[in-house]
Amino acid sequence: MKRILAGLGAIAMFAMPSAYAQQSVKVGVVMSYSGQFADTGTQIGNGIKLYMKEHGDTVAGKKIELIPRDNGGIAPDVAKRLSQEVIVRDGADILAGFDLTPNALAAADVSAQAKKFMVNMNAATSVITTKSPYMVRTSFTVWQLNESLGTWAYKSGLRKVYTLVSDFGPGHDGEAAFQKGFKDAGGEIVGSARYPVANQDFAPFLQRAKDANPDGIYIWVPGGTQPAAIGKAIAERGIDPTKTKILGQGELTFEDSLKGMGDAGLGIITAFHYDYNHQSAKNKAFVTAYNAEFKRNPDMFSVGGYDGMHAIYEALKKTNGNADGEALINAVKGMKWESPRGPMSIDPETRDVVQTVYIRRVEKVGGALVNVEFDKVENVKDPWKARMPK
Amino acid sequence: MITSLLGILFDGFAYGMLLFLLSVGLSVTLGMMNFVNLAHCSLAMVGGYIAVTLMNRAGWPFFATLPMAFLGAAAVSIVLERLLYRPLYRATDLDQSLLTIGIVFVSIATAAYIYGTAQLPVQLPDYLRGSYQVFGRNFGVYRLFLIGFSLVISIVLVSTLEYTRFGAQVRAAVDNQRMARGLGIDVNGVFAITFALGGGLAGLGGALAIDIVGLDPSFAFAYLVYVLIVVSVGGLGSIGGTFVAAMLLGISDSAGKYYFPQVGAFLIYLVMIAILMWRPAGLFGKR
Repeated sequence: MKRILAGLGAIAMFAMPSAYAQQSVKVGVVMSYSGQFADTGTQIGNGIKLYMKEHGDTVAGKKIELIPRDNGGIAPDVAKRLSQEVIVRDGADILAGFDLTPNALAAADVSAQAKKFMVNMNAATSVITTKSPYMVRTSFTVWQLNESLGTWAYKSGLRKVYTLVSDFGPGHDGEAAFQKGFKDAGGEIVGSARYPVANQDFAPFLQRAKDANPDGIYIWVPGGTQPAAIGKAIAERGIDPTKTKILGQGELTFEDSLKGMGDAGLGIITAFHYDYNHQSAKNKAFVTAYNAEFKRNPDMFSVGGYDGMHAIYEALKKTNGNADGEALINAVKGMKWESPRGPMSIDPETRDVVQTVYIRRVEKVGGALVNVEFDKVENVKDPWKARMPK
Repeated sequence: MITSLLGILFDGFAYGMLLFLLSVGLSVTLGMMNFVNLAHCSLAMVGGYIAVTLMNRAGWPFFATLPMAFLGAAAVSIVLERLLYRPLYRATDLDQSLLTIGIVFVSIATAAYIYGTAQLPVQLPDYLRGSYQVFGRNFGVYRLFLIGFSLVISIVLVSTLEYTRFGAQVRAAVDNQRMARGLGIDVNGVFAITFALGGGLAGLGGALAIDIVGLDPSFAFAYLVYVLIVVSVGGLGSIGGTFVAAMLLGISDSAGKYYFPQVGAFLIYLVMIAILMWRPAGLFGKR
């Protein structure tokens, strides 16, 4: 009898968590925790953790439970499988994370079919959000940043620009977006080239750009080790950024990239939606808390994760803890808040992010190279989707 | 026109020398000892991390870190050789590849664990940065240095392996182990030193490469393909062959990217296919 009681006790103990599980909302976080893009996953994850630390892990009476899954790099099939597993086997109510476009596209199908709320915290190709009616994006789109930069470049006095981009989806988007913005304003593209994704030596590409005698060179580069290599090659080619303007999306002048470039990076102009150096009270507090927790500065990935969590929390508050996909996506449409990046909102039509695009220049402040904002374009929607036939 | 050609030749040559420094160690171990060491670039990464750590944290000058990168990578390769590689000397190529590719993954995870996944900044001293302007072209100081350094290394290596007693012992041990043992050569010792030499050269190459290509844990894979191309095109075990192959591939890569940017990145592979069709054993390969 004693044995049976003990057995029952054990069963009850194991059964208890499932009873509590009714009171929790499970968030499957699918992104790269290892491989070439491991740092992206680390930073998005840090953003998520910091938000949960600041706001507690309970919303509308529900405990938020994260289920991290490692995507290991560009692997759409893996992203799809992990998203399915996390919903079917682990009972996730929400999908989040998604560092890379191919992975986000694959997981979007799962979200659409399972009718699960999906928060795209990073992947930046415009088309992604159209693939699931339950998806919201809290990062940026390549078109949003680069078309604004193209228009701005012409206004700032540049007339002839050479474009150099990484030869894959987002790079092509960057090229097309910048060229559209610049040409529509009246500028001329005097040449363009695409370099291979795994390129190491940039000297020949930059030499060719220099020989075309442009007023500016536009460069689209994903993060990683390439920006520093490009910065050094620019200096070595004898291209003076104060005469031939170097333009790009913010990855070109990431904190780590600037450390690698050194003074070669001075004067580079980039368009971006977030930098740890953004001057606002909200961001100062964010950067301080982030440093205390993770001993490094936040970047655009961190803020994507942080705001992604904000969207989840606020949506759950509105639905009173109802984690149904339909309810959550309706709750998040038109949502407005102040993020560390500045004011941002969710476009009710496209469920995509609307935010300020900052134009920054690399300057030396107190001995360190930082991106200093000197111009901005407010309330930018994704222009690609705005042109899409309804 | 002529000056742009000259500039391209110079850039390509310097890039080729970078490839040479990274691959020559593999050419020695693969060609001399018939061991397929895909973890070669992990050793290069070890050298890179040692150089960066000494420069950034201990404040060493760049040149002082180079011998340490060599020694550190050599020490790691001795440990690897003693513990893991030796039992597999007579194993099939597939077994060796599987073991060493496994080591690559382990090394990437280890680097990520110790240094984190972010890239580490590398700042060279001022006298190695910038460029000289000749005929309206810029010739990078660091590239000049790379070329000079590689020339010295290749001369030292060739003369060591061809003209010294140690070189003769290595060649004897490779050609006929039993006979070499019979003559009283310490084959195990010779192999260990050869391996250390190969690993050390990789470490040196890694330390020199990081300024041009940067350093993060994926380094161990980023260069593997290029290194294998250089070694196979040059011919196994031939240092001169590795030199010529690296130069040829560096120049064709740079010229391709400059003159035909749409297809330039593939040129290096086309050159490899053409050469291997013509000479399946590589330019200077004997078998």
